[in-house]
Amino acid sequence: MILATVFESGVSIQFYLIFATVLFVIGALGVMTRRNSIILLMCIELMLNAANLLLVAFSSYFGKADGQIFVFFIMVVAAAEATVGLSILVMAYRNARTVDVGIFNKLKG
Amino acid sequence: MSIEILVYILGGLTVGSALMVVLSKHPIRSVMYLILTFFLISANYIMLNAQFVAIVNMMVYAGAIMVLFLFVLMLLNLSKENEPKSSLLVKIASALAGGSLLLVLVAAIKDTVVLQVAEKVTDNASGLVQNLGHLLFTKYVLPFEVSSILFIAAIVGAVLLAKRESQIIE
Amino acid sequence: MTIETIILSILALPLLGALINGIFGKNLPKKIVGTIATVVMFASFGLAITAFSSLHEMKIVHLYQFINFESFHLNFSLQVDALSIWMTLIVTGVGSLIHLFSMGYMSHDKGYYKFFTYLNIFIFSMLILILGSNYFMLFFGWEGVGICSYLLIGFHFSDEKKGLLNSVAARKAFIMNRIGDLGLLIGLFLILAQFGTLEYRELAQMILVEGINPTTWMMFGITFCLFIGATGKSAQIPLFTWLPDAMAGPTPVSALIHAATMVTAGIFLVVRSNFLFELAPMTQDIMLYVGLATSLVAAFIAMRQNDIKKVLAYSTVSQLGFIFVSLGMGGYTAAIFHVTTHAFFKALLFLGSGSVIHAMSDEQDIRQMGGLKKYIPITHITFLIGTLAIAGFPFLSGFFSKDEILAHALHHNIIIYISLAFSALLTAIYMFRLYFVVFYGKFRGSDEVKHHLHESPLNMTLPLMVLAVLSVIGGVLNIPSLFGEGISHWMSHFLEHTTLGLSAVDPVHLSNGQTIMLMTSASILTIIALVVSYFIYVKKESVPVSDDKITGWVKLSANKLYLDEIYNFLFVKPIELISTFGHRFFEVAFLNKSIYGFANLVGKSGEIVRKWQSGIVSSYILWMVFGIVGLVLYIIIKK
Repeated sequence: MILATVFESGVSIQFYLIFATVLFVIGALGVMTRRNSIILLMCIELMLNAANLLLVAFSSYFGKADGQIFVFFIMVVAAAEATVGLSILVMAYRNARTVDVGIFNKLKG
Repeated sequence: MSIEILVYILGGLTVGSALMVVLSKHPIRSVMYLILTFFLISANYIMLNAQFVAIVNMMVYAGAIMVLFLFVLMLLNLSKENEPKSSLLVKIASALAGGSLLLVLVAAIKDTVVLQVAEKVTDNASGLVQNLGHLLFTKYVLPFEVSSILFIAAIVGAVLLAKRESQIIE
Repeated sequence: MTIETIILSILALPLLGALINGIFGKNLPKKIVGTIATVVMFASFGLAITAFSSLHEMKIVHLYQFINFESFHLNFSLQVDALSIWMTLIVTGVGSLIHLFSMGYMSHDKGYYKFFTYLNIFIFSMLILILGSNYFMLFFGWEGVGICSYLLIGFHFSDEKKGLLNSVAARKAFIMNRIGDLGLLIGLFLILAQFGTLEYRELAQMILVEGINPTTWMMFGITFCLFIGATGKSAQIPLFTWLPDAMAGPTPVSALIHAATMVTAGIFLVVRSNFLFELAPMTQDIMLYVGLATSLVAAFIAMRQNDIKKVLAYSTVSQLGFIFVSLGMGGYTAAIFHVTTHAFFKALLFLGSGSVIHAMSDEQDIRQMGGLKKYIPITHITFLIGTLAIAGFPFLSGFFSKDEILAHALHHNIIIYISLAFSALLTAIYMFRLYFVVFYGKFRGSDEVKHHLHESPLNMTLPLMVLAVLSVIGGVLNIPSLFGEGISHWMSHFLEHTTLGLSAVDPVHLSNGQTIMLMTSASILTIIALVVSYFIYVKKESVPVSDDKITGWVKLSANKLYLDEIYNFLFVKPIELISTFGHRFFEVAFLNKSIYGFANLVGKSGEIVRKWQSGIVSSYILWMVFGIVGLVLYIIIKK
């Protein structure tokens, strides 16, 4: 289904810029605040998605598909990263019996 | 006019859902809100004429990655009481940091001048599969192949890491 | 062989001996070590005689140009003239006899090879001092002999009973020498500033031929500074208290360094710079009076000393004072004459005392000796000859050399003559006291020591005999014109012929009548001293008493006029106070606090910064976000 682009109906690109920035900041807030490591990983996914959104918005704005190709690769990386991150988390849980990030502070000065 | 309002409402819903992800105390609820967020973002993609990316987003993120998260969450059997809480100082500091980041980025964006695009250039069919496939296998074939190596590495790493160490039989 | 080769060999041979003994001496047998060192010395002496016989005019042997600026040159070069050849003869001649003596004297010592190495290095430095053609070489040798003196005085630094004393004496000698060296260095700088060169030949050219005459004050400054240097090395007031303490070293060291050679370095300096001193009559007067005072003070102290070597040490100081009086009156050749005869009989006396100490199983107090003439006859006869020579017994060498100086004094000023004659009388008195107390009377020591009394071996008595002969006949070198114009004043003529500047000095000529009167009065004084001492110490058998029973002037004399204590009070204690104060105030309170404080600051600040690493990743991200905010702000503001 081919739709007319949203931009022809008056939505400015600034809206998508600010929208993606807000999503990104929310993700960053989650990373800084939450201490449950699973939620942490999820917030990172959120940040990545914010970037994806902006890329797709610009690709639609310019009419070229290159932005969407880049989205694919970001998704690839996100998937791989989530997998490996979760497996590390599982192993850490086996040793520490908790998912609190604050436990892992043995590198402190 | 209606498209605009739809876009704005969609945007607001997405932001709200993302906020709930960060703020909710129950981890399962966070996961659910995140899945909702992904759905809403896919809707955004469809509005932006990126149909294929929308479907793929649903499949990969909401379908695979969130399922993985859910599995691990169920495995760990976390409940609301065990949830680690961060101190008030951390919350205030991060709110401050996040707020200032938002402010600064928005301020930076506001001053930017976006290129004006000529009407002829936009191509409404750009988000369709044929177009994407064509680009992926001609212009971006090298990253495509390299990402397969990345997958292999991730698979091997994940399996190795999560394997239970073999017990020593006395 | 050209004279260049000869001179270089004279210098190189002791250095070679020192190198061989220094590097391999530990593993060689003692006989070989001693033989190498002594043979090298005798070879140098032989070469020196060759050079002496073929000397016609002054020659310069140029070795190496050390510094070569436009206006300033420093050369390693040697000067061969009468004065340097004569001093070389004395140094190598007496030196080789002392090396021979040391072979026997030090034969029981563990550091045998070290001793001979140091001796050879000393001879090498002394030769550089003498043979140098400019003040730079002189200074080079000056420092070298200072170092060797320090090493040799403190040779037995690890001895259980006296090791500490030896080290302290060595240090005292070195520091007092250093004070003199400062004067010498300033003098050299002044010479350089005024004349622009340090070469003797060029200086003599400028002063004697071209007649350049700097201001009186400049000449006074130069010569006075040089004199201070001479005071340190040649033990005059006030820098002489190191010499008696230096007797802590082994006896051959005392004989070589502190009687015959190193202490004459100051005199050599003045004779070399005669044309400078002739332009500064004020310094000459100062030299005269300082020398006179030293001579009298040292003679007074020697009157009641009870260590055989200390008496000889103060005697050396007194004789050096004598020589400085002569220098102060312009009698340069008379001074060198007395240096020569003094080398003969003082080395003889010191080696003789070494032989006595060796026989007495290392006892040095004369109150433990007595009647030794039956046990050690050769030492006794040679010591007697030395004593007669130094006391000025008629027609021995000391008689003639003293008379030369007394002749100059008579010509100069009658008061000086009387004071010098009195000093000579005191010399005779204390030397005869020493002789009679040691060799006559009954033996006062323990029975165990009496059992071990024996004459020294040949390698120790042979040098004594040679030096005794020289002490007797040495006077012919420079006899007064009374004895005939042809043979008289041979040494003066020889020296004046090729040495720079000496021929410009007005010679002193007394009439024959005056000479006879001089000789007679001196002889009478000596014989009176001999008879009186014989009376007191032999007939009346008076023996020096132990330390707690003395009073009056005897106490003053025996306690060295309390000079060491005075110096300690005036100089050493204030410096110690200042340095303690400096240490406490500056170092501990200020420097330590600031420097260690700085280090502590770095450590403490590191500790504070360390706490930022909390280990919690979220906080790292927090700080990262703040950083990003800052960066973006910076970029925005820049735009």
